[in-house]
Amino acid sequence: MPPAMPEPDRATLSRRGEITAALRRIVPHGVIDDAASMAVYESDGLTAYRQLPMLVVLPETTEQVSQILKYCSANNVKIVPRGAGTSLSGGALPLADGVLLGMAKFNRVLEVDYANRVAIVQPGVTNLAITKEVEGEGFYYAPDPSSQIACSIGGNVAENSGGVHCLKYGLTTNNVLGVELVLVDGEIIRLGGRGLEQRGLDLLGLIVGSEGLLGVVTEVTVRILPKPELARAILVGFSDTTSAGSCVAGVIAAGIIPAGMEMMDRPAIHAAEAFVHAGYPLDVEALLIIELDGPAAECDHLIDRVAAIAKENGAVSLRTSTSEAERLTMWAGRKAAFPAVGRISPDYYCMDGTIPRRKLPHVLQRMNELSIEHGLGVANVFHAGDGNLHPLILYDANKPGELERAEEFGADILRLCVEVGGVLTGEHGVGVEKRDLMPVMFTETDLNQQQHVKCAFDPASLMNPGKVFPQLHRCAEMGRMHVHRGQVPRPDLPRF
Amino acid sequence: MLQPADEQEIREIVSQHAASGSALEIVGGGTKQGIGRPRETTRLSTSRLNRVINYDPAELILTVEPGAKLSEIEALLAQHNQMLAFDPWDFAETAGGEPNRSTIGGVIGSGFAGPRRISAGSVRDHMLGFHAINGRGEAFKAGGNVVKNVTGYDLPKLMAASWGQLCVLTQVTLKVLPRPPESRTLALRGLSHAAAVDAMSRAMRAPADVAAACHIPAQTSEPSITAIRLEGFGPSIEARARLLTGLLADAGKLEPMQTSEAGTHWLCIRAGNLPQSHQLPLLWRIIVPPAAGADALDGIERFGGIGMLDWAGGLIWARTVAEAAVSIREVADLSGGHAMLVSAPEEVQRDIPAQHPEQPGVAALSHRVRAAFDPSGVFDPHRFDAHRARAPA
Repeated sequence: MPPAMPEPDRATLSRRGEITAALRRIVPHGVIDDAASMAVYESDGLTAYRQLPMLVVLPETTEQVSQILKYCSANNVKIVPRGAGTSLSGGALPLADGVLLGMAKFNRVLEVDYANRVAIVQPGVTNLAITKEVEGEGFYYAPDPSSQIACSIGGNVAENSGGVHCLKYGLTTNNVLGVELVLVDGEIIRLGGRGLEQRGLDLLGLIVGSEGLLGVVTEVTVRILPKPELARAILVGFSDTTSAGSCVAGVIAAGIIPAGMEMMDRPAIHAAEAFVHAGYPLDVEALLIIELDGPAAECDHLIDRVAAIAKENGAVSLRTSTSEAERLTMWAGRKAAFPAVGRISPDYYCMDGTIPRRKLPHVLQRMNELSIEHGLGVANVFHAGDGNLHPLILYDANKPGELERAEEFGADILRLCVEVGGVLTGEHGVGVEKRDLMPVMFTETDLNQQQHVKCAFDPASLMNPGKVFPQLHRCAEMGRMHVHRGQVPRPDLPRF
Repeated sequence: MLQPADEQEIREIVSQHAASGSALEIVGGGTKQGIGRPRETTRLSTSRLNRVINYDPAELILTVEPGAKLSEIEALLAQHNQMLAFDPWDFAETAGGEPNRSTIGGVIGSGFAGPRRISAGSVRDHMLGFHAINGRGEAFKAGGNVVKNVTGYDLPKLMAASWGQLCVLTQVTLKVLPRPPESRTLALRGLSHAAAVDAMSRAMRAPADVAAACHIPAQTSEPSITAIRLEGFGPSIEARARLLTGLLADAGKLEPMQTSEAGTHWLCIRAGNLPQSHQLPLLWRIIVPPAAGADALDGIERFGGIGMLDWAGGLIWARTVAEAAVSIREVADLSGGHAMLVSAPEEVQRDIPAQHPEQPGVAALSHRVRAAFDPSGVFDPHRFDAHRARAPA
């Protein structure tokens, strides 16, 4: 069951024909209004939740986006922006009375400026396409979410996407220098540029990760980096997760920030090995993949140091890549962990909390207990370097009640993450999925402050409503609201 | 100056001032007080909120109160071979005044990062979470205490470079990083601005993981110095130095700088220490696309100014005469950048806004965002107002 969405506005639905005609005048060949053709947009990467939009519009120019938003603002029509639709948190889940604004036609790389080490791209360009565009000159775009072959840079900006290399190279927000943004009233503004700092308030920092609630990005300036000369990986097995955790801490204590440091637990190792035959040891409880990059001399030096640290922490198996092919094979299992788990279970539900790394053994222990309580299996892949957990809860949607149990199990895991000092989401976003858990981490005042910011951009709450915030405040009321000792003065406001 | 002892006292002060319609200026060590219009606003100091709440080297996080001194934080991190990678500095080194007063709150408020910014990111990139009092007198928090988090809007980024105009920070969590075990500075001498930017650009385009790159133009008896800093483990530095030496051979002989000379050199560029001159009383911090650095510096010199380049050309520290102020902003605009006036006589600051004016649409949006934190303008001491700005004759 998806969390309840705002009640569709009957007045808007009754004007569907008129709205369709108006948007068709703006984008003559880019409006879809028949249910069969819209079906492809009914969900994103969080496929458990589905909803047909009122209609879909696929603009091609910034000017069209501006006119669409201007029209929607003037006519009180809700807008749900969508990139490639790979969100794992339901960020692009349509609304029954909303226009789905698909940005797929914004698919051009506009300019690569090697002198300033930036690429200027339209938001529908895929993450991997940026690297493909610049790799001939020895460059790449660093953030690499697992869905990078499909996910768009506009979606990455909305979600502040990470990837296995973000411990060393940062998330999307650390690699974006500028955007062109269309505000809900149709105004087009530019934030940042090719320089390393913008003037005034860091509104760019606010836009990245705002989950499509503040505006529509129509152009993105990203930093590109010279590709490291070499990357080498080391595969280390441990007989318990505590030792693996100590090894991770030991690497960081030695002053080493690896390009990637991933952990898999026994169920994940077995699923991945059965799927891609990466040569993973099957008799271990935890497996680390640690990647070092840089000049060959650096890789060799650090691989030796990491191997020594692994042995000190009781590694029971240890293998270093000796060729690029071997390194890629080591990663193949990890990168295919999700589909691999998909082979051993009819459905899985991917969670995304972050915890202080040292809490890992405790969290895994509790997760095992929760697994028994909820009667569902769980496999864990873990960005060990930065504490970002991806528990994959195994369930069968065809068995009555299992999806609900998986959701409850997932919510318990996220509560556990917050309880040990962590957060609800490390890189997938709040979206619809974790919306109602926000009060676990934030007080009413905390959330109100965020909603005040939302109101500064979108006073009528037309941009992607029903996402991120568990409670929808009307901005006019926000202005008068004064929260005293955590008591909200308007308990009658709709909670959904 | 008000010196509240805790969060509760700050809430009371803010609420009272908001109710009475009077403004507050939040100060840490006060080293950047000289930036912006002369003003008589009541100051609220965070100096008594100066504790280290939690330093967890293994998790790479540091949680402190905003009044904690930068020098003390750096000493604490150094004990564990860690650092604030964005390379902050005591602003007294730039603007003069009593040393060792800079606080972490002031560093965050200004968002000023040093030479390592090109490789390690800026202040914003290390802000993980915070607690604060907004202009309604409410205590709230945002972000988290772990290095990777996308839960809710990224308000921590908004705190960096907000100049205390959104809320009073009461606690901040920062990402810390291991201190590089070794560092080596390589220098080319005698390059023109354009040749220097070209050399730095080529170094940045190579897989040499350049930590910092700057250019100090020729002075009366000294040739120009273009310096590139490499950081990391010994064998890696060795390999990268070889790569750069070959790559830049056509620009001259890339020679290692003595450790002590290099140390002084980077401190000088970080603090924007251009030769002091009574004839050139305005100090600017100008951000441009890195490749535009040489042309922009030429432009500054045409208006009688002097300058030097950091961030491989992307940051210009410049000194000029007051009469050049409008032209300097034009040079920055033409380069696709912006210029902040960070030191100037009071009479100049009355007329020339310290911050580079924003595009009208962005200015209006910024105003609404400020109001989202501070609806009554209690944190607006009119420090950066442009309405009285006029071009000097």
